[in-house]
Amino acid sequence: MTDQTDLHAAEPAELIACPICDALYRVEEPAHGERAVCARCGHVLIAPRRRAGMSIIMLALATVILTCGAVFFPFLRISTAGFGNSATILDTALAFTDGPLLVLSLAVLALIVLVPVARAALTIYVLSPLVFDRPAWPGAIQAFRMSEALQPWSMAEIFAIGCAVALVKVADLATLEFGPAFWMFAVLTVVIVLQDRWLDRWLVWNTLDREVARAARTARA
Amino acid sequence: MSGEEALTARDAGLVACRRCTRVWPRGRERCGRCGARLVSRDPGSLSRVWAWWVAGLMAYVPANIYPMLITDTLVSRSEATIVGGAIELIQHDALGIAIIILIASVGIPIGKFVAVAYLALSVQNPARLNAHRRHHLLEVVEYIGRWSMIDVFVVAILSALVQLSVVARIDPGPAALAFALSVVFTMLAAQAFDPRLIWDRIEADAEADGPEGRSADEAGPTPRGEQA
Repeated sequence: MTDQTDLHAAEPAELIACPICDALYRVEEPAHGERAVCARCGHVLIAPRRRAGMSIIMLALATVILTCGAVFFPFLRISTAGFGNSATILDTALAFTDGPLLVLSLAVLALIVLVPVARAALTIYVLSPLVFDRPAWPGAIQAFRMSEALQPWSMAEIFAIGCAVALVKVADLATLEFGPAFWMFAVLTVVIVLQDRWLDRWLVWNTLDREVARAARTARA
Repeated sequence: MSGEEALTARDAGLVACRRCTRVWPRGRERCGRCGARLVSRDPGSLSRVWAWWVAGLMAYVPANIYPMLITDTLVSRSEATIVGGAIELIQHDALGIAIIILIASVGIPIGKFVAVAYLALSVQNPARLNAHRRHHLLEVVEYIGRWSMIDVFVVAILSALVQLSVVARIDPGPAALAFALSVVFTMLAAQAFDPRLIWDRIEADAEADGPEGRSADEAGPTPRGEQA
């Protein structure tokens, strides 16, 4: 659609660069359900979905509720020879209480509970005003940046698979049962994956750009 | 056009924000949209990759030497390392689980060390795999890296759950901490890698092949449209 001289003459604001391979393109917003993909490395640049904002907010709310529920209910129960024990997520996170292993306890708690909830809360904070076409709330840019940075450290879904492995490992030692929290975690896994799938980063940044400017104007007026 | 070569932001005298994909004139230090620090090519990227890589490898050694799980039952007390635990599972005829654990705690970590080292070396030296393959490799490393944490979670779950007074109890061993650190360090190594370095190499190779290799068909590229 454009030749090279055209790309050179274009305003930087009209361009988009692939974060993986640095290839430069002129922004052309694809229709809903379509994706703009980098022609060189195949990275998805823009992928708008109809009503994605609202769906993502709902999924984020579901994440908060499910995680809070999962923290307090037992998720695995064990019994053998008349002895029984059930573990909640909090017990699990605090399993390493022995000296230096305490660090690991805090890390596990952060990875499976705090980070996923924080990401969901930040997402709700950033997207809510945008979905209702309001000026962005203060600090929205920092909030979205932090949410993006936290993404690889949100490991609730990995924990859910860990439950299954643990189950098989002690199967011959004792009888195991799943508690309600296990199923909450299983649902949570799907919710978190969908939430990341549906989020169109470029669209959020672009909208934030516009809405933050608008918020600044209203504040001045 | 080949798809292998493209006009990059750097060629156009611009600098791209890797976080929000906004493009700015060269020389700007911070992205005006998301506030990220802007670097056209991160010169410190490889040093950071190697630093985290070495740290990860150093943590991986004690993770294999020390016990991961300490199991006390009525009759015995056993300390199992990662590999020892898997061997024990094989003896208990749980071959499938043993294989999963061996892949997750031995195969994947070692594979990651090799892959990250290969990618870092390939930036400085001509590589046999093309950029697409190496890009896929980096994506796989970034995606799979987090899953190694599963072993730490299993240890946490078992130690919280199996506390049946005298009948059986499982406690975490020091290897759990070393293993968790190793996973975190290799994740940081993969994140420190600037993937644009992989793609720059093609341009350099193409230019070495023929000086006119990339002029005529450098019409501005169009991002491919795709049905999702």
